[in-house]
Amino acid sequence: MHTHFEKELDELKENLLTMASLATAAVRNAIRALVDRDDDLARKVKQDDNEIDRHEIEVDEMAIQLLAKAPLASDLRLITVAMKISHDLERVGDESTTIARRSIELGQEPQLKPYTDISRMAAMALDMLNDGLAAFVNRLPEKARAVIPLDKEVDALNKQLQRELANFMIQKPECISRCLHLMTISKSLERIADHATNIAEEVVFLYEARDIRHAARKADS
Amino acid sequence: METTHRPIVVPAARAPAPGNEPGPPAEPLIKTEALALHYGQTQALKNISMEIRERMVTAFIGPSGCGKSTLLRCFNRMNDLIHNVRTTGQIRIAGQDINHADVDVIELRKRVGMVFQRSNPFPKSIYENIAYALRLHGTRARSRLADIVERSLRQAALWEEVKDRLHTSALSLSGGQQQRLCIARAIAIQPEILLMDEPASALDPIATARIEDLILDLKKEFTIVIVTHNMQQAARISDHTAFFYLGDLIEMNATSTIFTNPSMKQTEDYVTGRFG
Repeated sequence: MHTHFEKELDELKENLLTMASLATAAVRNAIRALVDRDDDLARKVKQDDNEIDRHEIEVDEMAIQLLAKAPLASDLRLITVAMKISHDLERVGDESTTIARRSIELGQEPQLKPYTDISRMAAMALDMLNDGLAAFVNRLPEKARAVIPLDKEVDALNKQLQRELANFMIQKPECISRCLHLMTISKSLERIADHATNIAEEVVFLYEARDIRHAARKADS
Repeated sequence: METTHRPIVVPAARAPAPGNEPGPPAEPLIKTEALALHYGQTQALKNISMEIRERMVTAFIGPSGCGKSTLLRCFNRMNDLIHNVRTTGQIRIAGQDINHADVDVIELRKRVGMVFQRSNPFPKSIYENIAYALRLHGTRARSRLADIVERSLRQAALWEEVKDRLHTSALSLSGGQQQRLCIARAIAIQPEILLMDEPASALDPIATARIEDLILDLKKEFTIVIVTHNMQQAARISDHTAFFYLGDLIEMNATSTIFTNPSMKQTEDYVTGRFG
C-alpha cells in the first residue's frame, strides 16, 4: 500500500533529485565554460544557480512539514538527510558559480596553460557526486562508502596544483592574477569533492543508520 | 486571556502555482458566528466564529474540556439530545441556519454524518450494518443496496478484507476494521460532511495509519472535521487546525502554520506539549 505519507516522501526525494541534476549540470557547465572559454555558458551557470537555491528552500520547507508529522526510523533519517544533502548541493551550486565567474575573468587574457589537472579534478569531483547520488537513489550504501576515500586524491591534486601555481607566480609575476583565478577554481573543485563526500556519508547514515563521518576520517588519517 | 473573536479567515492550504490562481475563495461550507453554548450554568463554548472549507480536513485540538467535541456535536445538533443545553449565535451549513425551527434534524444528520471514538457497529452482519441505514433512508431495491454496500466498503478501504464474509457478524471484525465499517456506514448515505470524534484514539498504530490514510482519501469527496488529541495526527491529515482552550477558539490557521509557527503563545505551548 502506497500511503499518502509515502507519496509526500517521494515528492521530497524527487525535488532533491531535480536539485541534484541541476547541481551536477552546474559543475559540468562551469568547467566546460572554462575549458572552451565560453562566457555565455559561464553566465548561464550563474543564472541557473537561482534555481538551485529555490530548490534548497523548497526541500527544507517540505522537510519541516514532514517532520511535524512525527516520522520515525528510516523515514526520519530520510527527511533529516534530505535537508543536509540539499545544503551540500546548494554549496556545490555556489562553487560552480565561483568557477564560472573566474572563468569569465580568465577569458579576458590569453590562456596560461592547458587545463589538464583542473579537468581531471573536475571529472573526479563529478564522479564522486554522481556516485553518491546514485547510491542515494539505488539504496547502495557500499557505493557511497567507495566515494569517501576518493576525496584524498582530489585533495592531493589540489595541493599539487596550488604549489605549481605558486611557483608559476614567482617565476612570472605578470601571470599572478590568472594564477590566482586558477587557484580559486582548484579550491572550488576541492570543496565540491568535500560536499560529494558529505553526501556519501549521509547516504550511509540513511541506509545503515550508522554515522561514519568522523570515524572514516580518523581511520584514514 | 487573549482570544480571537472575529471570523477567522483561513488561508488556502497551498499557494496556487503562478498563472493558476483560482477566483475569489468559495463560500465556507460551515460558518459559525458568535456561537456560544451552556450546559446549565456552565459555559462550554464562548463566542466561536469560524469557517470550515469544503472538501478539506479541519482538525480541532485542545486539552480535555476545551469544547472541541461540544462544537463538533453542534454541527449535526447532537447536543439537542442532552438535557439543559442552551445555544446562542449561528451555525450555517451551505448558507442554511441549522438551528432554525424549520430544519428537519433527521435530514441534517443525513447531510452531516458522524464517527465516534469507540467503534459502535450494530450487532448484525457487516452487510446489514450498512444496508440498515440505507433502508431507513428509503433505499429498498436489493441490487441497489448491494451496490451501495460495496461502494461504501470500497471507499472505506475495507472491501478487500470483508468481501467474502459480508454476512458474518460485524462484531467479529478487529477494532480497526470495525471503525472503518462505521466510516463505511456513515458515508453510505452520502453525507456532505463527516464529523469524527477521536476516530483512531482506541486503535493501534497500524490501524491508526489506515484510518488516517482513509481520511486523506475521503476528503476528495467529503468535508471532514476531526477532533484529535494527537498533534502529529492533526499535522499528518488536516489542512486547517483550530486550537481551543476553555471554550475559546484561540487560533485557527493552515495546519502547516499551526504546527511550525503558530501566532499565539498558548497554541505554541500546547502543540509543543508544555501545557494542556
